[in-house]
Amino acid sequence: MDRAEVDTRIRTIIEPFNKKGIVITEDTTFAGDLEFDSLTVMDFVAAIEDDFDIIITMNQQAEIEKYGQLVDAVHSQVSN
Amino acid sequence: MSEGIIQADKPPRRTGDTPDLFSKFDDTIALRENLLASGVEDPFSLVMEQVLSPTRAICNGRDTILLGTYNYMGMTFDPDVVAAGQQALADFGSGTTGSRVLNGTYQGHKECEDALREFYDMDHAMVFSTGYQANLGIISTIAGKGDYVVLDIDSHASIWDGCAMGNAEIVPFKHNDIAAMEKRLKRIPEGAGKLVVLEGVYSMLGDIAPLKEMVRIAKENGAMVLVDEAHSMGFIGENGRGVVEDAGVIDDVDFIIGTFSKSVGTVGGFCVSNHPKFEIMRLVCRPYVFTASLPPSVVATAATSIRKLMTASAKREHLWKNSRRLHSGLTELGFTLGTDEPQSAIVAVIMPDLEKGAAMWSALLTEGLYVNLARPPATPANMTLLRCSLCAEHSDEEVETILGMFERAGKAVGII
Ligand SMILES: Cc1ncc(COP(=O)(O)O)c(C=O)c1O
Repeated sequence: MDRAEVDTRIRTIIEPFNKKGIVITEDTTFAGDLEFDSLTVMDFVAAIEDDFDIIITMNQQAEIEKYGQLVDAVHSQVSN
Repeated sequence: MSEGIIQADKPPRRTGDTPDLFSKFDDTIALRENLLASGVEDPFSLVMEQVLSPTRAICNGRDTILLGTYNYMGMTFDPDVVAAGQQALADFGSGTTGSRVLNGTYQGHKECEDALREFYDMDHAMVFSTGYQANLGIISTIAGKGDYVVLDIDSHASIWDGCAMGNAEIVPFKHNDIAAMEKRLKRIPEGAGKLVVLEGVYSMLGDIAPLKEMVRIAKENGAMVLVDEAHSMGFIGENGRGVVEDAGVIDDVDFIIGTFSKSVGTVGGFCVSNHPKFEIMRLVCRPYVFTASLPPSVVATAATSIRKLMTASAKREHLWKNSRRLHSGLTELGFTLGTDEPQSAIVAVIMPDLEKGAAMWSALLTEGLYVNLARPPATPANMTLLRCSLCAEHSDEEVETILGMFERAGKAVGII
């Protein structure tokens, strides 16, 4: 799966979580711009994990602040 | 406690004073000040001036029924337990002044571990200075770099801190969700070491884990299983060994973690196991090695209490009766509870919000009833809870009195 495809799929998954309809760019932050609280993060991560059949460990989550970083992290898991 | 998920980073709000390392606590300070400004008694600085029995104390000058302690089996004033402590204090002194692996293992520590091995019918028992340290030590030591810890998102703070202290990959799953756990186990790379961490009773809502299925699935997927039975020891299961015993999976779990600070009625923690190499933990587990051992009086009271808990089936029965009566009574009064049926000795009453919760807590205290006020982030799903934990020593009449207090306070505050 290429990065663009991963990006498209994550954009679909994020929609119900993006309550304020923020325009999402590579630099959009989850905590700051999207105002995700801890419970939202948990549900959102679980949705991505289930869709791509991967694990995003807490250790990896700690490194992800921006949307683009999430796409990279998922892409690196599904491309190998 | 569900502390697994890190709160969103907020820019520190600076208030008048010079910003320093404490600025990050400004939000919490403000929350607390607002609560106190509403006129309620401070739920987090109650002092018990006298303790009359496992179920009664003088709190802030008032004779109060205790319904928010973890003294489930009412062992704290048991005459045999108190006598054993007094004897050990006289014979062995007030403290060991040393680590378990140096000068801190006395006869009493050995006897306490013997009592645990008998209680659980397991080969090995290791006593820590607290249950918190038992989780911290065992989890951080056995799950190393490249290993995976799969755990329930509502796990207790000591479990999360054990994860944070170690170097393993941490994979949480939705509370009590068997399918979510299984999916994550199956996604772990081939060959990696796996530890599944569960609790018998989750202390915020008082619900139990579906251990029969979860332990089976964990084993099928090649994981070791650790179950924290802090809130079930002495009470749940035919011999009081916990939800693992009740669910018939005690022989399949690798480690049980427990505490002396609840049913046993003193302080301390432990891990029991049948693993053939378990004893090596005493040398490699830092929260065991680098802290002083429990005082002789404490291990003597613990050992005596544990032995009495083995045969405490009458107390277990009465505690179940109390839990069922409180649960049905509160339901009939119209309160919303954390579980549809009583699953443990904890009955959690869900409050509409923190203000109402604090007002209710305060009204109950005025009535002469102490319960635990639990609020986010310690609670799941940002709930405010009034947590009631029953004791085998609460009499039938006391439980009826408690229900009357809930009715009056609930009406006064406008919750029912
Ligand atoms: C589930 C659970 N594990 C561990 C602990 C820690 O026990 P201790 O009080 O002995 O540190 C507690 C108690 O707070 C608990 O609720």
